Amino acid sequence: MSSNESSSTPVKSTGLHVGAIKPGVAKKDPILVADGVHRQFGGLVAVDVEHVEIPRNAITALIGPNGAGKTTFFNLLTGFDQPDRGAWSFNGISLAKLSAFKVARRGLIRTFQLTKALGLLTVMDNMKLGSTEQTGEKLSASLFPFLWKKKEIEIEAKALEILTRFKLDTKRDDFAASLSGGQRKLLEMARALMTNPELVMLDEPMAGVNPALTQSLLDHILNLKKDGMTVLFVEHDMQMVRHIADWVIVMAEGKVVAEGAPDEVMKNTAVIDAYLGSHQDIDLGAVTGRITLPKISKEK
Amino acid sequence: MSSMSTVRQNASRLASAVGAFVLAFGVLGLASPAQADVVNPEMPFKISGNVQNKGEPIAGVTINLTGGGGYAAAVITDAEGKFTAGVPEKEADYSVAVDETTLPDGIAVIDNPATEFVEANVQTVTVGPGGRATMNFFIGQGERHVTSMFDQVVQRLISGLNFGLMLALASVGLSLIYGTTGISNFAHAELVTFGAIATLGLVAVMGEGMLWLAIPLAIVLSAGFGWGLDAALWAPLRRRGMGLVQLMIVSIGLSLGIRYTYQFFIGGVTENLPGSGAERFNLFGSVSLSIIDIVSMGVSVLLIIAFAWWLSASKIGKATRAISDNPSLAASSGIDVDGVVRIVWIIGSALAGFSGILWAYFRPGIRWDMGGQILLLIFAATTLGGLGTAYGALVGSLIVGILVEGSSLFIPSDLKYVGALVVLIGILLFRPQGILGRKERVG
Amino acid sequence: MDFLAIFNSSISFILAPTTIAYALATLGLAVHFGFGGLLNMGMAGFMALGAYGYAIGVLTFGLPWYFAAFVGIGASVVFALILGIPTLRLRGDYLAIVTIAAAEIVRLLLLSSAFGGITGSADGLSGFNGPGGTITNPTVGAGGFNESNPIPPGDYGFVPFLDNERTWYLRIVGIIILTLAIFLVWRLVNSPWGRVIKGIREDEDAVRSLGKNVFAYKMQALIIGGVLGALGGLMLAFSTNVNSSVYVTSLTFFLWTALLLGGAATVFGPLAGSIIFWVLQAFLGLLFPALADAGLMPFTTIQAAQIKYIIVGFALVLLVVYRPQGLFGNKKELTFVK
Repeated sequence: MSSNESSSTPVKSTGLHVGAIKPGVAKKDPILVADGVHRQFGGLVAVDVEHVEIPRNAITALIGPNGAGKTTFFNLLTGFDQPDRGAWSFNGISLAKLSAFKVARRGLIRTFQLTKALGLLTVMDNMKLGSTEQTGEKLSASLFPFLWKKKEIEIEAKALEILTRFKLDTKRDDFAASLSGGQRKLLEMARALMTNPELVMLDEPMAGVNPALTQSLLDHILNLKKDGMTVLFVEHDMQMVRHIADWVIVMAEGKVVAEGAPDEVMKNTAVIDAYLGSHQDIDLGAVTGRITLPKISKEK
Repeated sequence: MSSMSTVRQNASRLASAVGAFVLAFGVLGLASPAQADVVNPEMPFKISGNVQNKGEPIAGVTINLTGGGGYAAAVITDAEGKFTAGVPEKEADYSVAVDETTLPDGIAVIDNPATEFVEANVQTVTVGPGGRATMNFFIGQGERHVTSMFDQVVQRLISGLNFGLMLALASVGLSLIYGTTGISNFAHAELVTFGAIATLGLVAVMGEGMLWLAIPLAIVLSAGFGWGLDAALWAPLRRRGMGLVQLMIVSIGLSLGIRYTYQFFIGGVTENLPGSGAERFNLFGSVSLSIIDIVSMGVSVLLIIAFAWWLSASKIGKATRAISDNPSLAASSGIDVDGVVRIVWIIGSALAGFSGILWAYFRPGIRWDMGGQILLLIFAATTLGGLGTAYGALVGSLIVGILVEGSSLFIPSDLKYVGALVVLIGILLFRPQGILGRKERVG
Repeated sequence: MDFLAIFNSSISFILAPTTIAYALATLGLAVHFGFGGLLNMGMAGFMALGAYGYAIGVLTFGLPWYFAAFVGIGASVVFALILGIPTLRLRGDYLAIVTIAAAEIVRLLLLSSAFGGITGSADGLSGFNGPGGTITNPTVGAGGFNESNPIPPGDYGFVPFLDNERTWYLRIVGIIILTLAIFLVWRLVNSPWGRVIKGIREDEDAVRSLGKNVFAYKMQALIIGGVLGALGGLMLAFSTNVNSSVYVTSLTFFLWTALLLGGAATVFGPLAGSIIFWVLQAFLGLLFPALADAGLMPFTTIQAAQIKYIIVGFALVLLVVYRPQGLFGNKKELTFVK
């Protein structure tokens, strides 16, 4: 978290797509494929995605204005909401009618916009809850400690290892409610790792995180990719997106309007008009006229 | 004291404590359609009578009795053709009917040979201040009186409308309070009872002739009670940021405390408001109504229309709807949420108080737990219509009222509340937003 | 005014069979609400099913008491399933209303004359604990709970716990059941299962997103709490007649008061809360009438008997506002998760 820690330079994956780049372009190795997903609330069409594929073992960013349907799309994919129609598959297996917990069991883990670190449990309990291997969680087994004690120790060791990586190990016995907002975000991510996920879907992981913590979070996300996982995240911070994303998908008004490598997508005029704004590279102060930047010869 | 008698004393104290416990809980029954063909502490008064065929007693005939407050019983004549039924209240009317299908073939209820009265197989009996009434049915060769299905349906429909309108007045307040503050207020029942008890008290002080003044005063007092409750309890708790579940349990405790305070003051006896035993006159067939029923329905309709107009047209009414819809948005757009909520409490309590007065005439009778008897029905009505919408409360109440009264055509009358409760559960399962409510977005 | 007699009478409630019965039901409520976050306002219905199931098992089906007890428990499991499958996904206050309505339906059905042959309708059922037989066929030894009593007839103990052999047998049976129940709940709560339940209480979606079948856990909690409630009803049935007028919504509210008094999210809180609650009830219920009798209070004896209920109501309000974690609960554990 200190600025003199050398942060990893992300190695970008390229060549993820097959064919010409357009919304809904096929991917060489998609982990998640969604078709014709449609969700309407009353008169409002929240999500209307024709076709989208998420590349495996890459970091994909899902961006778009507020109300574009990104969180709703997350909810639909992970079983927290039911679409009016649509199909999507994960590693070739259809997820369409599965309930949320079954989706999670398949290896698709999500975090929430408003962090759901369980404040009334300790940090360690939060982590242990993440494990999917504790048979003691079954009612019948829970009554006999000798059945689950050994596994509990294993899980605790694994949790401690992950907590150390996230620099939360000293807080292991504190109630999660006593952590700061940023630490809770880290906890949620650490807890998600306990499930050994294949695809990690992060809903605005940087929201409300102080700048010092942001770098740490970025590093953790990059490590996910290094460890062989796929990441799909929703974000508004374009610097961050440009820094770590291998692929960017842009949603607006429920539809996918653009896709591609970060630099190219951000030059796309439609995207600029709808979302980014043409001054996104310039200090906001200069745009509003409050500060005067030193004159630099304009080079393109 | 020898040890044996101490033991007996303790044992009998324990037994009487447990017994009193059990009996006290019995008195607490929320909806107590009582059923007994014996006179017992819950049915202290009685109706008895005779069924005879030309002087010969007829045994094994079923007699069905119904009365206000959901009382329903069925008794069978004994070997001497006599029947006795316990009834819960005196100075009240009960409808006593011979089930002609249990008569031997070929005979039916006929006119009393000693008088000129034309009697049908259904008679209305008044149990007077003495607490006892007797009546006779005369049977003979004749045509069976079949109360036409149509008449029964119409009677039930009108009764249901009457009950539903009364429920609506109580439900609207509950629904609005829920809409603006999110509280499921269990103590609303006690606001209903308050109206009736206040009227009783005022009449006792001012005299029976002043009923025309006592009722509006009681409504004003109810409004004041509601204002007081919000000012002293609910607003401070809301400011503290107390959670909804906690508030609900607070309302439960409040309900218990107030309810037993009522019992403390008026005891377990049923009192009646002046004019309760008003005569019913025939509309057509065997459909009958009393003047009180008509006035009650008329005033209810007027009040509800006035209230609906107020909600849609007045500034405060619109503010109420805004707050129900989205409290924080309403607050940030300059609406004085606390002030509006206070007004909602005042009006809701006034309406509830008036509904209590109507309930006192409909039951008939005032009891310390009369509000509690219909609390679940009020919840059913508001949930059915859509918690938080006033029109929904109206629609839901009418449906619940007609359902409750109409269901006794098909199922035993002591189960008539079960129908409404089943509907309540069903609605919460399949369409929790009710008929007029809007579905909430998850997450 | 015989203070000693009042005192003795109240203290005798500490381990009265009825107090044990209510402690079991309150423990069930702790599993439902304290640990599971389920707002069950219909516990009286579970108790009624336990009691009536047992009584009907003996009287209508002629079962010996230990099998009939399982009828009662089975009935509450079925009730939990019927109630839970459609309703567990409901929001908190909706679940409260549904459970009240369901318990009232149970009570009305038990009260109705439609099933009077089996349920005894308004009169209830009796004579199933010992000699008495079935309603239609009185024979000696039906049910047989009282016959199974190994204690020879006589009075044992010392004032205020001076009782006959029947009460002692009840007390011992009750304490055994209660101890097993408390042990079971303690084990469950401190296991990984308990951890999942605690998570669900705070935030279902978070637990769901970690791959746990939230519905199954809630149903398990509902059934376990329901069985405990049925055991409470069973204890009541062992000690006296069954009558539907006991299992009213106010009973559930009193159980809630005892629960919150002791500490909703603790294992021993329900027991402590029940004991304190019912001893106080007995005490106030005897004290005020005695004071009124002696002319020390400006109201009648009958009125005086109501005062304790008024106190209970307002005490519940104060409890929830100022000390929601109860006497033994942990403030940090937040009894009411918003």
